[in-house]
Amino acid sequence: MSTIVARQPLPESRSSTGFRLAMLLPGGLVTFFLILFALGLVVFLALRSNDGSLLGAGFTFANFITVASDPLYWTVTLRSLAIAGLVTLATVVTAYPVAYYLAFHAGRRRGLLLFLVTLPFWTSYLLRVFAWKIVLAYNGVLNSALIESGIWSEPTLAFLNTPAAVVVTLAHAYAPFAILPIYVALDTIPKSLLEVASDLGARPFTSFRRVVLPNSMPGVLAAALVVFVPTVGDYVTPALVGGPASTMIGSLIQAQFGKANDWPFGAALAVAVMLVILAVVLVVRSADRRFGSRI
Amino acid sequence: MSVARIDAKQGGRWLGAYVLVYLVFLYLPVLLIPLFSFNDSIQAAFPLQGFTFEWYKTLSGNSALSGALVNSLVIGAIAATGATLCGITVSYMDLFGRSPLAATISAIARLPILIPGVIIGISLLILVNLIGFGPSRTAIVLGHILVALPTTVVIMKSRFAAIPKTIREAALDLGASDWTTFRRVMLPLSLPAIVSAFMLAFLTSFDEFIVAFFLAGTEPTLPLYIWSQLRFPKSLPTVMALGTAILAVSFVIAAIAEILRHRGLAAVRRPVPANLSKPEETERGELQWHST
Repeated sequence: MSTIVARQPLPESRSSTGFRLAMLLPGGLVTFFLILFALGLVVFLALRSNDGSLLGAGFTFANFITVASDPLYWTVTLRSLAIAGLVTLATVVTAYPVAYYLAFHAGRRRGLLLFLVTLPFWTSYLLRVFAWKIVLAYNGVLNSALIESGIWSEPTLAFLNTPAAVVVTLAHAYAPFAILPIYVALDTIPKSLLEVASDLGARPFTSFRRVVLPNSMPGVLAAALVVFVPTVGDYVTPALVGGPASTMIGSLIQAQFGKANDWPFGAALAVAVMLVILAVVLVVRSADRRFGSRI
Repeated sequence: MSVARIDAKQGGRWLGAYVLVYLVFLYLPVLLIPLFSFNDSIQAAFPLQGFTFEWYKTLSGNSALSGALVNSLVIGAIAATGATLCGITVSYMDLFGRSPLAATISAIARLPILIPGVIIGISLLILVNLIGFGPSRTAIVLGHILVALPTTVVIMKSRFAAIPKTIREAALDLGASDWTTFRRVMLPLSLPAIVSAFMLAFLTSFDEFIVAFFLAGTEPTLPLYIWSQLRFPKSLPTVMALGTAILAVSFVIAAIAEILRHRGLAAVRRPVPANLSKPEETERGELQWHST
């Protein structure tokens, strides 16, 4: 593998323009047209006033002023952030030990376990949310199981249609998202590093805190991001298990494009969500850099 | 040293127990759906009533359902083809294209993972209305290509990166054009990953709801059909029967995709020169590569 060869750059003539063009075309069309241009349209529409037409009329900041000044949108945005933050925290904290076991203890069962924890990721999200509705409903599994086993005598309404139901359901739905990046980060830590720590007299917890945890932070941050982003814009789970007290910003965007039929305002809400996500991404990246330098 | 090892072993046992509990948490709610799909009661509650196939019977002969199923299959197949094609070309050019444009395209192609589904949905809704064809099956296909794109790019990129660089360089040095190298060397070598990427993209599309919700015209996909049924308590058992069928098919497809992906990676890790050094294997001018 370590043969030293004087590398000559391949002659340019070999890379035909036709080849490059054909290979760049599908991805180029999709990324520039469907992603950049489409997102640009959202920003454009957010700056228009609603006159019922597709692209609105006249440029205005009115949509953004409403988003920023109406306390309703602050409440819902902060609630979305709180719920998404709680979901992210719960998911990452519960997923970490699983990833740790996979990386350091699973041995030959690793492949099977990895498959088992990622499998639910490929099954219908809608069905997973629906499953929690079955569990938490007034006539549901949890209530009927509690009464059958004699723990409670009356079914309770306290499970369904609460922010807590939203957090549990989303933490369940996005669990596989969190395990994989943390596992990958843990798996790349050289085992020799742990032996060194132990030889130098570090107790297991100390070497976890000083060696394993900091080195796995890039994975933890990546996991946090891939859980947070879809969660903050979700509108299915709040609609199915959340009740009115857990309306999230995704539900408001959906309503503007549906019933309310005020697309420019819905677009402004979407831009606000993207700004929030951008802020989170920037914070995570700066944290990532700090941890990156410690490795 | 030995004390530490015993500690680690015990820690491992506790962690193992935790992983078991976690798996129960992961699977128990989902497994309730098949359980209640055979339960002879409208209510999904304990104690279980009699065993019945009633809800499965109501599935057959439902034209709205079969229409939605066909839509999902067609949309899934086209979207997965598109996403896989983009995943292959984007990651190939990112790794071997040596151009800033290819790197930019690759970076943007992985961006949809940082965009919530609701925003992908509305941005494409505005776009397809602007183009003129509006919400339709085509619109959902475009949406699902976007949703599946990060997955296919990541799978294909890790696969191309795992193929030793020397193989591609050898092909180019032996006079194969870029096209020939791509088509007869790199594509066959990455075939298991391509199939895996396709299947996972298909599953993503088949199960996707949030984006499709905005882009559906008059013909719903299967998740949209399920969503429309969730409002009626009487149809919930049937939804669970349908859900059971979907879960079973999804599990099987995901399992096959996973096996293919691993088989592909294992084939790459095998010593390369053993195959390449035999001249008789390349006498027809192509590299035979058996990834069994």
